[in-house]
Amino acid sequence: MADIDDSHDSFTRRRWMLAAGALAAAAPIRPLRAAVQRERVFIGLTPVFLDDQVSFLERWRDWFEKRLERPVSFVQRGNYREIVDLVRQGKLDFAWLCGYPFVRYRRELRLVAAPLWRGRPYYQAYVIVTGDDRDSRSLFDLRGKVFAYSDPDSNSGYLYPQYLLVQAGENPGAFFSRSFYTWGHRKVVEAVSVGLAAGGAVDGYIWEVLNDNGSELTRGTRVISRSPLLGHPPFVARGDISQAEFDRFRRALMGMASDSEGATLLGSLRLDGFTDAQPALYDGIARMVSRVARP
Amino acid sequence: MIDDLSLRWKIPLRVMAAVLGTALAVTVAMIARERDELRQSLTSHAMSLGRVMANTLVAPVLHDDLWRAFEILQSGREPHPTAPELQASVMLVVDRDSRVYVSSRPREFPVGFDLRQSKGAYALLPKQMEGIGAREQRVFEPEHSPLFFVTSPLIADGVPLGHVVLGYSQDAFRPRFVNLVLNTAVVTLLVLLLILPVSWYAARKTGEPLLALAEAMSQVPGQLESARLADLPQNRDEIGQLGDAFRRMVGELRKKELLEDQMLVSERLAAVGRMSAGIAHEINNPLGGMLTAIKTYQRHGAGDPLANQTLSLLERGLTQIRNTVAALLVETKPQDRSFAPADIDDLLILVEAEAHARSVTVAREGVLERPLPLPATLLRQILLNLLLNAIAAADEGGRVRLGLKLDPGMLRMTVCNDGKHIPDEQLAYLFEPFYSGREKGHGLGLWVVYQIVQQLGGGLSVDSEPGCTTFRVEIPYVET
Repeated sequence: MADIDDSHDSFTRRRWMLAAGALAAAAPIRPLRAAVQRERVFIGLTPVFLDDQVSFLERWRDWFEKRLERPVSFVQRGNYREIVDLVRQGKLDFAWLCGYPFVRYRRELRLVAAPLWRGRPYYQAYVIVTGDDRDSRSLFDLRGKVFAYSDPDSNSGYLYPQYLLVQAGENPGAFFSRSFYTWGHRKVVEAVSVGLAAGGAVDGYIWEVLNDNGSELTRGTRVISRSPLLGHPPFVARGDISQAEFDRFRRALMGMASDSEGATLLGSLRLDGFTDAQPALYDGIARMVSRVARP
Repeated sequence: MIDDLSLRWKIPLRVMAAVLGTALAVTVAMIARERDELRQSLTSHAMSLGRVMANTLVAPVLHDDLWRAFEILQSGREPHPTAPELQASVMLVVDRDSRVYVSSRPREFPVGFDLRQSKGAYALLPKQMEGIGAREQRVFEPEHSPLFFVTSPLIADGVPLGHVVLGYSQDAFRPRFVNLVLNTAVVTLLVLLLILPVSWYAARKTGEPLLALAEAMSQVPGQLESARLADLPQNRDEIGQLGDAFRRMVGELRKKELLEDQMLVSERLAAVGRMSAGIAHEINNPLGGMLTAIKTYQRHGAGDPLANQTLSLLERGLTQIRNTVAALLVETKPQDRSFAPADIDDLLILVEAEAHARSVTVAREGVLERPLPLPATLLRQILLNLLLNAIAAADEGGRVRLGLKLDPGMLRMTVCNDGKHIPDEQLAYLFEPFYSGREKGHGLGLWVVYQIVQQLGGGLSVDSEPGCTTFRVEIPYVET
C-alpha cells in the first residue's frame, strides 16, 4: 500500500504501481483508492439486476477472475449515484449501470456491452399497482396516491414515470400525495405488494425475472403501464480505461454465452448474453431526459 | 337428601369436596399469578422494543426515508416462535399531528392516515400521546378493546418528531395462556390422583368408629347382649368417650333387665305362696275334723270289720293330703334350738348313703365354729334339700361342694354340683311348687327352701353354667 494518494497525478503514475498492486491483492477487502493501482479490476454493481444474491455474485466474480486473469472485486452501494460517481472518479474500472446515468454522463463513460434479454438488448419500464387495485388503468389513475420510486438515477424506476407526467402536462412533484425511494427495484415491488405504496415504477426485466421465479411479491402487483422498448442497462467503463483492459473485459462479456459456466450464470440472470452496443441504443432514454429536464 | 346420607359416604365426600376445593383455589391462584407475570414480561418486552425502535427510527424519519422506516418496522415484527404473543400485531410511526408516517400494516393504516379519523381504540391514541405522553413512554390499555398499546416518543435533539406505537393483541396471549392453564390442570390432576385415594381412605377410617357405634346402638334394646359385645373404639377421643358411655348404658340396661326378671320371679313366687297358704288353711280345717272323727270312731265304735277297713283307707288318704299340704305351707316354729356346727356333720352323714349310691363325692369348704342364733330345723331342711338335689343332679362319679361362710350378721351357704346345667328358660320357674326338672321327685324341695328363706328374711339365687350349678343362700341373723 505504498500510495494512498488519490489526487489526479496518481493517474499518471498508474503504470508504476503494478508491482505494489500485487500486495494489495492479498488483502480480502481493499480500500477503494487502491483501485488506482490498476492490478485488481473493480466492477461496480447496481440494482439493475437482482444484486442481492451473494452466492451468485461469488460465482460470477470467480468467472471474471478466470477470464480476466486478474483478481476482481465487485463494489455495491446503496444507490446508483454512488456507483456512478465512483466510475466517474476512476475508482471503479467498470460498472453495470442504468441507461439514464449513462446518457447523462456519456462523455465521461465508455459503453462496453448491453445484455440480451429475450434475444434483444431492450427492456421496458413498468408502472405497477397493488394486486387488489382493479380499477387503475394508467399512471394517471394514481393521482393523489402514494407512489414508490426505485432510485432517482434509475430510468425505469424514476425517469419513465416522470416523463409520462411531464408529457401529460402534470407537475411530477405534486401529482402524488406522497412518494418515496426504495433504492432497489425488488423493494418497489415489495412496497407495492404490501400496500405501502399504491403504485410504483419498476424495471420490467426485474419484475419479469421475479415473476418467472414464482415470487410472492409480483403476485401482489399488477402491471398497468409498459414503456416502449428502451436500451437495457449497459456495462460501462471509466473514460480513461486502457484499450487493452477495455477489450479484455468486453471479450469476456461477449464470450460469456458461449462457455458453459458463463451460460449457467447468464441463466441465473435470465439473460441470453451480452452484445456489442452503440450509444444510439439509449437515444430513447436521452429524449426522455431532455424532455424532463426542460419541461 | 344429602343430610340423610350415611356417614360412610358423607365424611369421605365432604373431605373430597374440601380437597377438590383447595386444589381448585390453588390452581386458580397459580394461573392468576402466571398470567400477571406473562403480562408483565410482555409489557416490559414491548417497552424495550419501543425504545429501540424509537431510537432507530429517528434518522429515517428526519431524512424522510419512508422505505427505510418501513424496513425497520418489518424487522421489529420478526415472529417469536416460542412466544408468539411477543409479536406486535401492529406498529405505527405517527407524526406530531397523529398522522401515520408509516405502518407495518399499510393497507389498514396507509401513509398519511389520520388516527383521529379512525374507529375504536386507535382514535383514543392521539390523546395518549399528548402532554406527558409526548416525551415519555406510555402503556395504554383502552377499555373493551382486544388491543393494548405502548407509545414511545421519537425525539431528535430534544425535539419530539412523533411516536412509535406498538399494538399488541390480547388474543395473541391466549394460546400461551390456554397452554398454561392446561399444564397447571394436568399437574393438579396428577396431585389429586395421589391425594384423593389417601384422603378417601383417611376419611373412611375417621367414620368407621361412628359407624360401629351406630350399628351397636341399633341393637338396643332388642339385643343388649350383642350390643354389649360390639367392637367399639377404645381410644380417648370423643368417639371413644361416646363408646365408653354407650357401654356403661348397655351395662345398666342389662342390670335393670335382670332385676326386672328377678322381680317377676319373686312376685310370682310370692303369689303362689299366698295362694298355697290360703288353700292349705282352707283344707287343713275340715281335714283336722275328718281325721279326729275317724280316730274317735276307731276308739269307740270298733267292730264292723268292713267299716274299719274303709276308715283306715280314708285315714291314710287324709294323712297324705295333710302331709302334702304341710309341705306346701312351711310354718316356722317360733321356738327352736340354735343352728350348731354338729348339724352340718349330721347333714353330711344323712346324705352319705345317697351320695355313695351315685358315687358322688361331697366336699365341705369352710366350717362353722359356733352355734348361730338361727332355727336349726329350718336350716337343716334347707341344706338337706339342696344337697339331695345336688347329688341327684351331679354326674355319675361327680362332685358336690358345700360352702359355708360367716360374715358379721350374715350366713352364706353355697351348694354346687358339676352336673348338667339348667337352661335359662327353666331358671325362672325353678322355685315354683310341683316344678321338677327330674322324673323322680314331687317338685316341692326348692319351693320349701324358698319359703323357709323368705320367712327367715334371706336371699336365694342360682347360677347355672355348664359344669357348675351353684345355689346360694344368705340368711341374716342377730347376735344375742
